[in-house]
Amino acid sequence: MGLTRFERVPPASELKFEYMRQRYGEMLVKLGERYNDIVVLDADLSASTKTSVFASRFPERFFNVGVAEQNLMGIASGLAAYGKRVFVSTFAIFATGRAWEQIRQSIAYGDFPVRIVATHGGITVGEDGATHQATEDIALMRAIPGMSVIVPADPVEVLQVIEFIVDYNHPVYVRLSRNKFPIILDESHYRYQYSRAQVIAPGKDVSIFACGYMVYQSLMARDILREKGIEAEIINASTIKPLNVEDVVRPVKRTGRAVTVEEHQIIGGLGSAVAEILVENHPVPLLRLGIRDRFGLSGSANALLSYFGLDANGIASAVEAFLKQT
Amino acid sequence: MKNSRHLNRKELTLKLETIARKARYKMLEALCRAGSGHTGGSLSCMDLLVALFFHEMKHKPQEPGWKERDRFVLSKGHAAPALYTVLAMSGYFRENHLSTLRKLGEKHLQGHPDRKSTVGVEVSTGSLGQGLSIGIGIALGARIDSKNIRVFVLTGDGELQEGQIWEAAMFAGHRSLDNLVTIVDYNGLQIDGYINDIVTLEPLAAKWKDFGWRVLEINGHDYNEILDALEATRQPAGKPTVIIAKTVKGKGVSIFEGKAKYHGIAPTAEELEIARKELLGDGTDQI
Repeated sequence: MGLTRFERVPPASELKFEYMRQRYGEMLVKLGERYNDIVVLDADLSASTKTSVFASRFPERFFNVGVAEQNLMGIASGLAAYGKRVFVSTFAIFATGRAWEQIRQSIAYGDFPVRIVATHGGITVGEDGATHQATEDIALMRAIPGMSVIVPADPVEVLQVIEFIVDYNHPVYVRLSRNKFPIILDESHYRYQYSRAQVIAPGKDVSIFACGYMVYQSLMARDILREKGIEAEIINASTIKPLNVEDVVRPVKRTGRAVTVEEHQIIGGLGSAVAEILVENHPVPLLRLGIRDRFGLSGSANALLSYFGLDANGIASAVEAFLKQT
Repeated sequence: MKNSRHLNRKELTLKLETIARKARYKMLEALCRAGSGHTGGSLSCMDLLVALFFHEMKHKPQEPGWKERDRFVLSKGHAAPALYTVLAMSGYFRENHLSTLRKLGEKHLQGHPDRKSTVGVEVSTGSLGQGLSIGIGIALGARIDSKNIRVFVLTGDGELQEGQIWEAAMFAGHRSLDNLVTIVDYNGLQIDGYINDIVTLEPLAAKWKDFGWRVLEINGHDYNEILDALEATRQPAGKPTVIIAKTVKGKGVSIFEGKAKYHGIAPTAEELEIARKELLGDGTDQI
């Protein structure tokens, strides 16, 4: 028993699934009651991002700018310059893609503490297809100087992350998803720590670094691997930038092999972050699982995860093959 | 700063004209020393900047973080030399700091305004089309707090070709942000030539009007017109105001006036000498 709520992942029917974005919206209201300087912005997606929950409670501190993401980020910058505590939400693809340069120039260059909490990251967006599936957002945000990138693993962690960023005085990008996430972390023991990657399930044969929904899938993959005599440890790398070097090196020194799993291109995201650290500090065989330089497709979230080899079975067989080769 | 509001219009105009001539020269001196920079568009907006910083805006150079100050956003960030010069002359930093313009150093004056390295710069700008949205954010913040703060955003004309400007214009009109004033430095030239040859903005006044703004059109080098327009914005109009200021690129020095070429190059020592004579006369005028 580590930081998760269980030794083995129970069947989905026994897990409690929740929308991360719903928890985010409710958390915003709580914070809005605590801090009267919180202002929330959205670009016509408040019903989906759940900033609508804040909007109905604090209409005077909520601004919907319409379908205009560039203006969204600029206004966020101005509100932060004035001294407000700013949260901005829209879909990950539009936040980081459409308004990348506004985030770079108007927000990050001036080091304004704008909290960009984007939803609908990754391929689990599902049926809407490739245009709406952000699989480059982590790379785009990671490249901006001074920008932090956080991808929470479950509804327990999302609350802790929002609680942390409300007092964090620099720009930050938080990626949430469309689909429901199971509660996997043990609320009474798990504590989100900025920049830290934490081992949440032990194992001696291979270190699997995962973020977001892939933490749940990796935990299930761990159970499958255990049946085959492979003991994988699961590391929740929720802060992709800055990523603590020791937290990557220490476990890998023990296991000798590393795997990364993300709902994102293997170029520029968690896989790259871990690869950079390992190559510089402790080179070992590394397998990066994610989207391999292609666009997504329409389909249900589960069907897509299976198609791209990012469900528990796909991860388990890729890891098994990797261990055989190395 | 000395309050200029006790002066009559004639005295005030004379005072601002004198400051503007000196400011133009000090700025050209800095540009010449830097060896690069945007001469034309910095000269075209100098009269507007002088009117704002030496008369219209409520600010305290000795207390840059004063919460009640009016805010200024230089959306046309390439006119940084003009902003730096009025900031220095108002007392935000020493005038000899202008010699750091474009020279390597963490706290030196950057090619485009950087709030982290330069006191008095509210927001970092330089990528065109972004300043109006930032100004809206500041104006919304002030409105939430019911503060009597005005936000002035100076845009270029070429940058009005950016889509973000019109996203911002639409939003500000919809929200009736009457503590927001945009000033368009309409010098008619962009890097590649005449705006009207590349992509015209006309009918410009009608566009802003259609987006829900009060429109004032002035000669951006005539202090009577500049002051009238700025005074008019003190009375809330229930909508944001845009002052379309017709200007001349390179204004103040004959060899630079109306020349697209001087968009992005600095004066040579010889050109600076011509500018000195034209701006300061025989040299007896104390800088």
